[in-house]
Amino acid sequence: MKVKMLSRNPDNYVRETKLDIQRVPRNYDPTLHPFEVPREYVRALNATKLERVFAKPFLASLDGHRDGVNCLAKHPKSLTTVGDDKTVKQWKMDGPGCGEEEEPLQTILGKTVSTGIDHHWKDPIFATCGQQVDIWDEQRTSPVCSMNWGFDSVCSVKFNPIETFILGSCASDRNIVLYDMRQATPLKKVILDMRTNTICWNPMEAFHFTAANEDYNLYTFDMRALDTPVQVHMDHVSAVLDVDYSPTGKEFVSASFDKSIRIFPVERSRSREVYHTKRMQHVICVKWTSDSKYIMCGSDEMNIRLWKANASEKLGVLTSREKAANDYNQKLKEKFQYHPHVKRIARHRHLPKSIYSQIQEQRIMKESRRRKEMNRRKHSKPGSVPVVSERKKHVVAVVK
Amino acid sequence: MHATKAAKGLLALSQQEELVDLPTNYPLSASEDEGDSDGERKHQKLLEAIGSLSGKNRWKSVERSEASLKVSEFNVSSEGSGEKLALSDLLEPVKPSSSLTAVKKQLSRVKSKKTLEVPLNKREVEQIHREVAFSKTSQILSKWDPVVQKNREAEQLVFPLEKEPASFAPIEQVFLDWKARTPLEQEVFDLLHKNKQPVTDPLLTPVEKASLKAMSLEEAKIRRAELQRARALQSYYEARARRLKKIKSKKYHKIVKKGKAKKAIKDFEQLRKVDPNAALEELEKIEKARMMERMSLKHQNSGKWAKSKAIMAKYDLEARQAMQEQLAKNKELTQKLQVVSESEEEGGAEEEEALVPDVVNEVQMNADGPNPWMLRTCNRDAKEDEVQADSKELPEPVAHEFSDNEGNEKPEAEEDVLLKEFEERRSIRKRSKLNQDAKPVGGQETKDSTTKEVLSELKALSQKLSKDNRLSKKPKESPAKTVPLVQEEEPAPEEEEPLLLQRPERVRTLEELEELGKEDCLPNKELPGAAVEGEQVRRNPQEELKGKKKEKMISLQKLLTTRTPSVTSVAVPTTVEEQEDEVERDQKQMIKEAFAGDDVIKEFLKEKRETIQANKPKDLDLTLPGWGEWGGMDLKPSAKKRRRFLIKAPEGPPRRDRDLPNVIINEKRNIHAAAHQVQVLPYPFTHHQQFERTIQNPIGSTWNTQRAFQKLTAPKVVTKAGHIIEPIKAEDVGYQSSPKSDLSVMQSSPKRRSKHQKQLKKRRAQ
Repeated sequence: MKVKMLSRNPDNYVRETKLDIQRVPRNYDPTLHPFEVPREYVRALNATKLERVFAKPFLASLDGHRDGVNCLAKHPKSLTTVGDDKTVKQWKMDGPGCGEEEEPLQTILGKTVSTGIDHHWKDPIFATCGQQVDIWDEQRTSPVCSMNWGFDSVCSVKFNPIETFILGSCASDRNIVLYDMRQATPLKKVILDMRTNTICWNPMEAFHFTAANEDYNLYTFDMRALDTPVQVHMDHVSAVLDVDYSPTGKEFVSASFDKSIRIFPVERSRSREVYHTKRMQHVICVKWTSDSKYIMCGSDEMNIRLWKANASEKLGVLTSREKAANDYNQKLKEKFQYHPHVKRIARHRHLPKSIYSQIQEQRIMKESRRRKEMNRRKHSKPGSVPVVSERKKHVVAVVK
Repeated sequence: MHATKAAKGLLALSQQEELVDLPTNYPLSASEDEGDSDGERKHQKLLEAIGSLSGKNRWKSVERSEASLKVSEFNVSSEGSGEKLALSDLLEPVKPSSSLTAVKKQLSRVKSKKTLEVPLNKREVEQIHREVAFSKTSQILSKWDPVVQKNREAEQLVFPLEKEPASFAPIEQVFLDWKARTPLEQEVFDLLHKNKQPVTDPLLTPVEKASLKAMSLEEAKIRRAELQRARALQSYYEARARRLKKIKSKKYHKIVKKGKAKKAIKDFEQLRKVDPNAALEELEKIEKARMMERMSLKHQNSGKWAKSKAIMAKYDLEARQAMQEQLAKNKELTQKLQVVSESEEEGGAEEEEALVPDVVNEVQMNADGPNPWMLRTCNRDAKEDEVQADSKELPEPVAHEFSDNEGNEKPEAEEDVLLKEFEERRSIRKRSKLNQDAKPVGGQETKDSTTKEVLSELKALSQKLSKDNRLSKKPKESPAKTVPLVQEEEPAPEEEEPLLLQRPERVRTLEELEELGKEDCLPNKELPGAAVEGEQVRRNPQEELKGKKKEKMISLQKLLTTRTPSVTSVAVPTTVEEQEDEVERDQKQMIKEAFAGDDVIKEFLKEKRETIQANKPKDLDLTLPGWGEWGGMDLKPSAKKRRRFLIKAPEGPPRRDRDLPNVIINEKRNIHAAAHQVQVLPYPFTHHQQFERTIQNPIGSTWNTQRAFQKLTAPKVVTKAGHIIEPIKAEDVGYQSSPKSDLSVMQSSPKRRSKHQKQLKKRRAQ
């Protein structure tokens, strides 16, 4: 007689070692999981709330300066400075030893006062700007070549990080000039409504750069088509003083006179994040660190502040499960970002009263300006008051 | 021989020199010259000759003059002689020597050269440099376009971009910092050491070493590409050489052809002798070839080649010969072998005439055409030419002429006009051809005249068209005007909505966040639909009272089913009324017939009833058949039990379309859920189905397998803390970066100026 028995193979349910996680048999049949969307929605909502709760971007304040911090720089190999005394000084990268006096490695006396400096990304070359843009070899005491176009004081110069022979500079007569170092000639000039304070090149896209302008906006340009900016970034309520790209090239951070710094996605015109503290005054310079995790800003009140680039990110080592949960939450937030509750919570930011009221004020101004233009258009001959897009509005001219 | 010739030349030269020298050496006064006779002069000459023989030149030492300012080392001053000294004068006496002709040629060449143009001013030059440099750099930059595109669309980007090459550390190096820890390991280690096992022997075989040293993949790829190219080139050259080898000379081909022809004739002769039938067939073949030739016009000098030769025929003997040869061939082919009738001969003659190059023919015809029409028109042509030269307005006078003609002689007019037109065209064509041959300027003029004609025609046409357009436009204008107005009234496209909702309040806890959500959803400005509904809900209770009253007065059924009473006015006379009534009745009848089948009102009522039924909350039946009593196929639970376990659904809120007889309001929409729903289709999506699909697919591990979950939740950008992310490099994306550093390029930059010369020249030409 044959006896039928229930038999189970322990291989199917017993884990091999103690360190393995328990095996959970699961049926993925969608009919068995009717409430997938609502459940995920709730998860997304919770993730968004937690993100806002854990958003603590401020890390540290580095004090010690006895005057406002006007300049920050990041370069792996060299440290060069310029001063109002017409000198260019090159310094050691590591600080002085014990009892050693800090002295520059090399001092070059220039002919004119330089107002800005930038170092080449690969070669031992640096560029200074003042009355003209000078290219220096580190081994020489006179500039290798100097380029100018018209007569105005250039306030900042930046090397392109990818095609390293291209430079961009912005001058005080409202223009941005591009130079080619190899051919030792300026390339093109674009004149904007107001003065550009500085520019920054996208480290992943060779032809894109962003200009921080006095008219509260930032403009991202494609250097091959300067007549229309690719994107106008607006949110600041005062002059934008500095801008720096994340090394991933997806975002940039801007420092403004309105005592805040903002993070913009490259292809969006509005900021994703705003950082401010009570004690932070006009922010003059800002840098995104090379590992893309932190942001440094130097401000008027003698402090350098360190921020997280991602406000709610957990620092330190993450376990794989933490990482997975993090990724899942991010994806959920992304998936449900258009839902009103999620959106509302994710967008909420606290602002100091001064900035808040200024935003309101400017909104009103803008609206009234728009209304006026519309009225004018309505009551004048068709076509005589053309519709000018926001992007084209701010470019005055492109000079060949 | 040469030496003597040279000596002679020298002698002659010296004699001439002496003759030239004489007047300078002897500043003779005019009076002396007149007074002296011939004999005296001879005497003096003799004396002088004797003096010169002594080797002492007294005269020269006496003469002394001041250095002239005009004398320079570069040019000869021609002071005193009255006329300017030309360079060619200086070269005149030495004309026979051949070496100087080259110099002369050079001189003439120098003369023929134009002066250099004035250089452009600095500003323009700089602008050109800038433009050139800009186009160059933008070209360099455009190679990044695909990379940027790819990176933007990438599912995942992992930074830092460059991966460290996976290197195999040799086993010795791994061994170096390894120490035995456990007793077992120590034991093994000891054993190995005791036996002097080769731990640090050359563990790598030569093959392994070679593989380690082997070139990288990229290098190999480049090398392979080079090899491929070389092979392709080689095969190409081989093929070419083979082809070239096969090609024989023209002469060879000629000889072969001739030989073939001769052989064919011989064969034919033989065939005629041997087999007359076959010969006849052959003849037929030849006849056929002739017919083909006559049809095809192959050798009639009408092809491209023949035309080009016809142009050259005037000047080039060879071309003429070639043409004649072809003509001969044509003749040969078209010649009939059988009996030739007279008429055919004539035809042949005509053909021959036609086969003479066109240019010649035309000239002849112009001189004296056989056609009287032609003659007349030719004269007119001449007249027209004059007119053209005077006013340069060809079309108008011609038109006048036409009109005149029409006025004078109507029956002839049409034919005349046609003929004239033909003639005109012909003459224009001829003129242009002739002029092209003779003088290009004239040709252009005639061209101009023709183009003018065409232009005037076009103008007239366009004017007509524009008139038509104007007529047709006028009625159209008004809608065109209204459209932009409508567009303008729409609010201008808003800029991007701010990503952040900035407020002066701070939220710190979860509760506050909850509040944030709630406060948002009730007085939500973004949800106009919800707000309107809320208002309606609030309004409802007030209206309810009124509605109850109204209910008594208005019955739904009545409202919909009662017909509108036909009101007839008394004032209208009855006869007219009757007529109208009839018409009305007819129409009604027609409408009834047309819409016989459908009762719209009934259908609507039915639909409304159905929706009301469907939206009513359902009763819940909890009876379990067979529980507590018998169960089976035909058995049903008892009524008592059913009554007991039936849970009646609570009466829902009153319907909003209760008092609106001709409206169905959908009550499925849930206000509470609406606060959580997306109202407007978000930007990147073009259809709501797309959006819904993204929402419906769950991404959590609850609904997906582990692998799928990982894939679905992979972050877009991955970075590592503390790892420097360098800017993207050409090598990262497979491009070759320029081997020179920027500094070295800069130091060799002065040559760039020469690169721009071309552009400068172009600009100057403009």
